[in-house]
Amino acid sequence: MTFPASTTQAGAPPAERLDAPASPNVAAGTMPVPAPARRWGTGGIVGFVLPFALALVWEASVRLGFSNGRLMPPPSRIGATLWDLAQTGELASHAAATLWRVAAGFGLGAAAGTVLGAVSGASPVMRRIMDPTLQALRAIPSIAWVPLFILWLGIFEASKVALIAVGVFFPVYLGVAAALSGVDRKIIEVGRVFRLSRLQMIRRVTLPAILPAWITALRTGLGLGFMFVVAAEFMGASEGLGYLLVDGQQLGRPDRILAAIIAFAVLGKLADGLLVVVTRPLLTWQDVGRDRL
Amino acid sequence: MLRIDALSKTYADGNKALDTLDLTIGAGEIVALVGGSGCGKTTLLRLIAGLDTATSGQIRLDDAVISGPSADVGVIFQEPRLFPWLTIDDNVAFGLSDLSAFEREGLVANALTRVGLSGHGHRWPRELSGGQQQRAAIARALITRPRLLIMDEPFSALDPTTRQSLHRHLLSLWDESRPTVLMVTHDVEEAVSLADRIIVMRPNPGRLHEEFPNLLSRPRDRMGTGFESLSRSILKSLDQSLKPAPQPAARATAGEAAWW
Repeated sequence: MTFPASTTQAGAPPAERLDAPASPNVAAGTMPVPAPARRWGTGGIVGFVLPFALALVWEASVRLGFSNGRLMPPPSRIGATLWDLAQTGELASHAAATLWRVAAGFGLGAAAGTVLGAVSGASPVMRRIMDPTLQALRAIPSIAWVPLFILWLGIFEASKVALIAVGVFFPVYLGVAAALSGVDRKIIEVGRVFRLSRLQMIRRVTLPAILPAWITALRTGLGLGFMFVVAAEFMGASEGLGYLLVDGQQLGRPDRILAAIIAFAVLGKLADGLLVVVTRPLLTWQDVGRDRL
Repeated sequence: MLRIDALSKTYADGNKALDTLDLTIGAGEIVALVGGSGCGKTTLLRLIAGLDTATSGQIRLDDAVISGPSADVGVIFQEPRLFPWLTIDDNVAFGLSDLSAFEREGLVANALTRVGLSGHGHRWPRELSGGQQQRAAIARALITRPRLLIMDEPFSALDPTTRQSLHRHLLSLWDESRPTVLMVTHDVEEAVSLADRIIVMRPNPGRLHEEFPNLLSRPRDRMGTGFESLSRSILKSLDQSLKPAPQPAARATAGEAAWW
């Protein structure tokens, strides 16, 4: 969207130009069909060909009797199961439970990661004190904490949220710390020339400079949050999409497992998309197309 | 008036960048520093900008001693160094946060017109060419009306045509408040066309080598004989400034060679 945005703004009449800085993404939204988006669109359609073809082949082979489809149910049966789950309200309640856990864990982990990352990135002394410990903790596979968390926090929500928070914490911590220590000295010098105080420097220079890296770190963290919610719900959950997975296994219902997997994929993509959309106004200035990430 | 007394700077690695340098620049004067690499030009500018501290000596602007970044000193770097997350308007207004939005708008619009960027204020830095970005940087530095403007090879990354148009924009902005200007350049022609006085520096350690007053009237004709002869004598002096290798250094090298 970089290129068309600049050309429309350059060619825009003065009247239109005035409101461009106030609402840059509105201007971007109303512009005539951008070329990269069209390319993305055809790419998207091409991308659908393979999975649809595979689904059709599988559906046909079950219908024609080449396979009984018991362990690998055909798309139509998965769709029907999803529909049933949605009808009875089960899907919504499981999804809500999972989303709540991810949101709580993500919130805690992202907040802690941001704060500690900021401290470690801003102060070399704190970095030398904290960073080795945190790096050592990072080397522990996060799932290994599960038994301890269950002992400490019980088998209900607290231990699950804690596990997700641990998963989210590290990418956010690393992202923020690295971004802070990597802020361009040259641009800091401009702030010094204008005699910014420490606080002004953070607000006017450092924060905007690390914003893109911070948001990327949050997106990575969110992805890990969805990974860890499954692990968390595998042990002793009575609701949630992860519970639906285990339940499907125990009842011998692969269609339910696959329905839950699809629900996870959709939720994860939606949550990531939401994060991108919410943060987009903050990053209109960037010289890259983030949509292509 | 900028007064520099016995200024020295030795870096932590023992590199002596400046050695007891004295220099006085009158109010409203434009002075260009030229010299080979390693003669302390950039170090001198950074000390005056307050970005580094001197090992010894003193810098005074009018009566105030400079010991850190000052509101009276504007800086233009070799690169535009615009903030990519601010529009051109906001970049130019960066040093004006004390003023009301209304006053700010007026000043920014005027400054952008002076550098030929009116109508570009709403755009992002990335949407501008290198020359346009540097013009915005010039506007940003001059909009706070500093009494001293220092520039570190501000036009070296630009092509000759852009460079000449930037010279005009700079002089137009300079004419508004007539600050003292100290600039570093590699381009002798640039020095002759802009400066009232050209100072050639000598490396290892950085010192003043020779001074050339420039009495040519503005606007200066690059093809004129006065322009050319002044350029030639500066080039000659530059050549000399790099030639005489200090004797002790030469002996040391010979000794080193004999040792192994």
